[in-house]
Amino acid sequence: MPPLVEFQNLSTHFKTDEGIARAVQDVSFSIGEGETVGVVGESGCGKSVTALSLMGLVSRPAGYIAGGQILYRGKDLLTLKPEAMRTMRGNEIAMIFQEPMSSLNPVLTIGEQIVEPLIEHRKMPPKAAWAEAIALLTRVGIARPERIVEGYPHQLSGGMLQRVMIAIALSCKPKLLIADEPTTALDVTIQAQILDLLNRLKQDEGTALMLITHDLGLVAELADRVIVMYAGRVVETGTVRDVLRHPKHPYTRGLLASRPVPGQRLRRLVSIPGQVPSPARLPAYCAFAERCFAAVDICRSGIPSLGLADAPHRAACFLAQSGAI
Amino acid sequence: MTDVSALLEVENLKIHFPIRDGLFGQVSGHVRAVDGVNIRIRRGTTFGLVGESGSGKSTLGRAMLGLYKPTTGTVRFDGKDIQAGGRKALAALRPKMQLVFQDPYGSLNPRVRAGDAIGEALLAHGLVRKAELRETVLEVMRICGLAPYQYARYPHEFSGGQRQRIGIARALALKPELIIADEPVSALDVSIQAQIINLFSDLKEQQGLTFLFISHDLAVVEHLCDEIAVMYLGVIVETASRNALFDHPRHPYTKALLSAIPVADPDAGRNRVVLQGELPSPAAPPAGCRFHTRCPLAVDRCRIEVPELRTLDNGHHVACHLA
Ligand SMILES: Nc1ncnc2c1ncn2[C@@H]1O[C@H](COP(=O)(O)OP(=O)(O)OP(=O)(O)O)[C@@H](O)[C@H]1O
Ligand SMILES: Nc1ncnc2c1ncn2[C@@H]1O[C@H](COP(=O)(O)OP(=O)(O)O)[C@@H](O)[C@H]1O
Ligand code: SF4
Ligand code: SF4
Ligand SMILES: [Mg+2]
Ligand SMILES: [Mg+2]
Repeated sequence: MPPLVEFQNLSTHFKTDEGIARAVQDVSFSIGEGETVGVVGESGCGKSVTALSLMGLVSRPAGYIAGGQILYRGKDLLTLKPEAMRTMRGNEIAMIFQEPMSSLNPVLTIGEQIVEPLIEHRKMPPKAAWAEAIALLTRVGIARPERIVEGYPHQLSGGMLQRVMIAIALSCKPKLLIADEPTTALDVTIQAQILDLLNRLKQDEGTALMLITHDLGLVAELADRVIVMYAGRVVETGTVRDVLRHPKHPYTRGLLASRPVPGQRLRRLVSIPGQVPSPARLPAYCAFAERCFAAVDICRSGIPSLGLADAPHRAACFLAQSGAI
Repeated sequence: MTDVSALLEVENLKIHFPIRDGLFGQVSGHVRAVDGVNIRIRRGTTFGLVGESGSGKSTLGRAMLGLYKPTTGTVRFDGKDIQAGGRKALAALRPKMQLVFQDPYGSLNPRVRAGDAIGEALLAHGLVRKAELRETVLEVMRICGLAPYQYARYPHEFSGGQRQRIGIARALALKPELIIADEPVSALDVSIQAQIINLFSDLKEQQGLTFLFISHDLAVVEHLCDEIAVMYLGVIVETASRNALFDHPRHPYTKALLSAIPVADPDAGRNRVVLQGELPSPAAPPAGCRFHTRCPLAVDRCRIEVPELRTLDNGHHVACHLA
């Protein structure tokens, strides 16, 4: 059985004033049925563009797919007509965003926004759709859903809005849910509620989850496998346990060391110096070299590849591959 | 009551905002953003203030700077009531207490060069002669990890982390005694957060400053703070030294917050207390213990009787009938 989704050498670029921004470059990874894959990296590393490419939502004409394939159950999504892609989005793949407010329509009630896809995609009669909307809100843990359906987005808190977004995403019974920084804007207590909800969803419905986050803590809790992205490329991939306990790539190690660990109370944190390079000005060698504690001459000789596709734990680093670090 | 080791003391402070509605703007109620808070921040220490969004942290911080007039209660800086001398006395205090904002994007004027933004307030307060301005600014920039060539750059040429350094440099330039940092790293990437957190550690050690560090990120607070107060719906529910609070949390709310920290270890045991519901409205806080609507341990007494902030041992205070 092929995986649910397979990115094969995906490259997504943007034309900008600075030149061509290689936001996503030669990205390959897969998501199995019911599997949760965490995609991590600092902001600007290409996580959202990877997800938007899969959704067919890369902003045109500045943005375009420069190469590669995205297979859904073996079928290339990039060759689908817009109409067919819209059906995919309505029925198979759904996405929730960091800022739920910006993806809801401020002048429509919460209820109207939930029933719309039910009527359009699941061809439900209006009355059944409203009943289903209430049921969906109940499932995502919203108290008094009969009142909430009458409300407008600005009347709800961030945590409530994110639940509404999840309810809308669930309404099409997707096989894959893409969650782009779903809890970044929320308080820890509300984040814990959303985590709980996503966890139940995975278990009860068997929905596959592409979890985009910069928080390795979330990945540890939810994901089966991890993809670490840096400057548009996958720099490390493996099971959650391998990547978080035995990180190979200096970037992954840096990310792990930059968060204070509860109970450790060190005087200083290890920090990664510098910042992510502009995707319009990437070097022809390891893009992490300017920030890497281990960089040596060979790191500037070319772009390190991820290595053998069938090895479960891989890192795109010359020194990690030679066993030097 | 004045304590010489305390730089800042907050006593029985309430900040209530009127809610106006109707055509004639009648006051129909009050948002009790801060509702009876006592805090003492000792010189040279870093005090952490944690709690959910809307719990009143920023309001309390702004009241400490004299930006809000207390509804009741006092704020004492260096032993003196900051409101006692009127507006003039408050203005004279300003350079001594500086605020660092959460949003490194919104808090800088896009048309002012970094060096000028840092020097601006120094000139305005007459703290430095024009001839010495550049040298003074360059020195603060160096302390904050900014290079001399960045003096003449505009905000848009800086990354989020660098803008936060400018914000910190601007506060530091005035040689304040107290810096109030309101969520200074929340808007930054983890790797950049670590750079700024290290800068705070260095400033604490090398400059002997006193900090109030406001955050909802408990892992960062544990890393950086000497003493911590946990705020819920306008009141302090627990306060203690770092080790006491993190090793032996006593309030059910503190325990829930601690258990909610995501840890990047797939094998970490997770006994998470997931709090149900959300923060109630501060315009109509629940009777009795304000936390009783979400508390997993609540008993009848909690719905009626307000728990006092009791002293347990050695500076550990908790407001819970069962703790
Ligand atoms: N000027 C004001 N007028 C009316 N209500 C206000 C005002 N400022 C704050 N509030 C209310 O007071 C309460 C506390 O707000 P505050 O900004 O202090 O919370 P906070 O703990 O800093 O939250 P966050 O973590 O979101 O920054 C909130 O309910 C807020 O809406
Ligand atoms: N519409 C666009 N036009 C130009 N550049 C873009 C556009 N969208 C994203 N980018 C660039 O692509 C890179 C990757 O962005 P993104 O995938 O959003 O990062 P992440 O989600 O990892 O934070 C960034 O440098 C971003 O500025
Ligand atoms: S290839 Fe070299 S520069 Fe790149 S991550 Fe590995 S050690 Fe660092
Ligand atoms: S007083 Fe009661 S409701 Fe309040 S925290 Fe303690 S046990 Fe919970
Ligand atoms: Mg993104
Ligand atoms: Mg605030």
